[in-house]
Amino acid sequence: MDAFILSRIQFAANISFHILFPTITIALGWVLLYFRVRFNFSKDPKWMEAYGFWVKIFALSFAMGVVSGITMSFQFGTNWPGFMEIVGNIAGPLLAYEVMTAFFLEAVFLGIMLFGARRVKPWVHTTATFLVAFGTSMSAFWIIVLNSWMHTPQGYEMIDGVAHATDWWAIVFNPSMPYRFAHMMLASFLTVSFLIAGISAFRLLIGGHTNGVKSALRTAITAAALLIPLQIYLGDLHGLNTKEYQPAKVAAMEGIWETESGAPLLLFALPDNEARENHFEIGIPKLASFILTHDWNGEIKGLNEFVADDGTILHPPVDKVFWSFRVMVGTGVLMLFVSWASVALMLRRDPVTGARRGTAGLARPVLYGLVAMTFSGWLATLAGWYTTEIGRQPWLVQGVLTTEMAVADVPGAMVASTLIAYLIVYAILLTAYMSAIFYLARKAARGEPIRTRVDPSPKAQAAVLPAE
Amino acid sequence: MNTFGDPTIWLPFAFAILMGVSILIYVILDGFDLGVGLLFPFADAGEKDKMIASIGPFWDANETWLVLAVGILLVAFPAAHGQILTALYLPVAVMLIGLIMRGVAFEFRAKAPLDHKTRWDWTFFAGSLMTSLSQGFMLGMYVMGLTWTLPHVGFALLTAVFLTVGYSFIGATWILHKTEGYLQMKSVDWAKGGIWGLVLGIAAISLATPYVSDRIFDKWFSFPEALWLAPLPVFSTVLIVWLWRMLQAMPYPDDRLSWAPFAAATALWTSAFGGMAYSFYPYVVPEKLTIYESASAPESLFIILIGTVFVLPTIMGYTVLSYFIFRGKASDLRYD
Repeated sequence: MDAFILSRIQFAANISFHILFPTITIALGWVLLYFRVRFNFSKDPKWMEAYGFWVKIFALSFAMGVVSGITMSFQFGTNWPGFMEIVGNIAGPLLAYEVMTAFFLEAVFLGIMLFGARRVKPWVHTTATFLVAFGTSMSAFWIIVLNSWMHTPQGYEMIDGVAHATDWWAIVFNPSMPYRFAHMMLASFLTVSFLIAGISAFRLLIGGHTNGVKSALRTAITAAALLIPLQIYLGDLHGLNTKEYQPAKVAAMEGIWETESGAPLLLFALPDNEARENHFEIGIPKLASFILTHDWNGEIKGLNEFVADDGTILHPPVDKVFWSFRVMVGTGVLMLFVSWASVALMLRRDPVTGARRGTAGLARPVLYGLVAMTFSGWLATLAGWYTTEIGRQPWLVQGVLTTEMAVADVPGAMVASTLIAYLIVYAILLTAYMSAIFYLARKAARGEPIRTRVDPSPKAQAAVLPAE
Repeated sequence: MNTFGDPTIWLPFAFAILMGVSILIYVILDGFDLGVGLLFPFADAGEKDKMIASIGPFWDANETWLVLAVGILLVAFPAAHGQILTALYLPVAVMLIGLIMRGVAFEFRAKAPLDHKTRWDWTFFAGSLMTSLSQGFMLGMYVMGLTWTLPHVGFALLTAVFLTVGYSFIGATWILHKTEGYLQMKSVDWAKGGIWGLVLGIAAISLATPYVSDRIFDKWFSFPEALWLAPLPVFSTVLIVWLWRMLQAMPYPDDRLSWAPFAAATALWTSAFGGMAYSFYPYVVPEKLTIYESASAPESLFIILIGTVFVLPTIMGYTVLSYFIFRGKASDLRYD
């Protein structure tokens, strides 16, 4: 394989690995603030119990996000120098504002949030928690601004082949930014809701019935049930925005080759990029047109419109976009079903006492279902990002710069060697991360105090540690 | 100097200063926590926990300075960013994997099952070692003009060793300040054992740089500039002698001056860095590309600068606040 495709795989691997962790920390920061504030008002220790457990997972996720993020900032230079050479005047300030307004804020106050609870006053600790949550969201804001600008570039002019900014307001508030930002924030909150629900359900299953666990579970399920319809509605708006600015992407998502009126919504198909047609189509007539144009006979542009006269294909690979989109939507529908069913079960009244059953209403099979959904947010988020990013191809910046133009002149073998190294590291870390979370949950369920970074006494440690 | 009224001159110059300051702060701050990682094999389990506690609240923010430095290179000098990073493709990859390993080992060693802890301690050490060695290697290659010839690689391997030992030295001075008792005494020995790395590293780069380029040679050894520059090597020599004498007698009673070796190391680092910056100015890719040729458009630089003027002092402020809150001897790190 050549350096171009290897560099793409490497970047995709890095960014896919990276996004898993911000997706957790963005929303988990706010959830921690919620726990902290609930404690400040109620003084009920269950909220600090929840805070104490989840702040550890926050710290772990944050570290994973930081180190994989540093990798990204270097990859621009090592693999994609053309990106900054052509659009650096736009991308540069946006990235600089991310580092300055977000990275330092979260990194510095994280120390106080994690270790400062006994050193600073409660309100300082609460403020530190707020600033970390705010910092992660700011970071998301700036990077989404840049990403959205790459999809729907505005406010610039090209001088000698290099983009120059003409209107920063138009650059920041480019047409797809509000939709993408809201969609990603909700994706983060849903990911965290199902993570907390899954881990809390796991703790209940293995016998850790503390009030902190139950409150966390109730909070998570309620949040998921409220947010998922909002997310589906926002996804629809985002799709309409995409149809206006990137019609080729929408055609690929729907698997529509020829422009048609009253296009069907395909539930299943095997798009064939070579033959330029679908195999084994199963669809609901006219539904795609209705969803995208709000008219049963609305016209949707087909992929064949995006082939230049010389045969150059200006639309993305259809099968990947088509299927990523379906995985995302499918996971979303499953989230809707699971969260609403769980809320319904929690709202049922006990026939004897008449009180609502709360988490006790969730039978073991339901809890197992929630455990299975622990990382469902990751799946949906990744599938969504694949839909939108692969959907932008062959462009890196829509209509301005193709991905191929930006790649570095580095030998393929060199890229292959670093790619293999990254993949091994990521595979090990992902395994370690997921098992560490379940390990912490098992430990908490057994009622053992979770070991902090430094053991209380060397003696206690010697008693636990086998002789080395 | 009315050329400084021209935004295509003063803006790149301002960003070169900002980038230089960020790199300097990075090598000092991440230098000490990388150094702590490098000293891991010499410590027992209890000491390791203490050492981790001494850097726990800081390492995230310390690494952010690297992101800022490479970020400024990326946004202010995009052409140079591409040239430097593609030339250093492999060492950059080694460094990144090292940074990943140590960053996550930091968290996992405390959260994974106890019998995995030793494994994560080794990961922390290996990550710190990979990061330090590759940074030293890149420093050497940069000084040699980023061309991969055998003598250049040889020189870069030397600077890799020197920088790594130098980091372990500054790490030892940090532990000396943040701990007490037996571990503090050990850290004095580590500092004495590591100071040569710093000295040889500074010497190697000071000697090699003028011989790589006539331009740099002239900058240092022509009159009257040489007079202005003479205090720099003199100051460094005085600092080294003072450091050495102090370390012989440390720790002092009542923990007096426990901060001084770290401060002296910082001063040394700063003067060496200042000398290097003076040598290479105005080039950002040595002898190939100046900061003025590779700078982004003035309107983009200006919009970043506006933010920087407000944000950077704030960052400095709350960084100081964090070091103030966690001042004094490192106690056991607890989440509650």
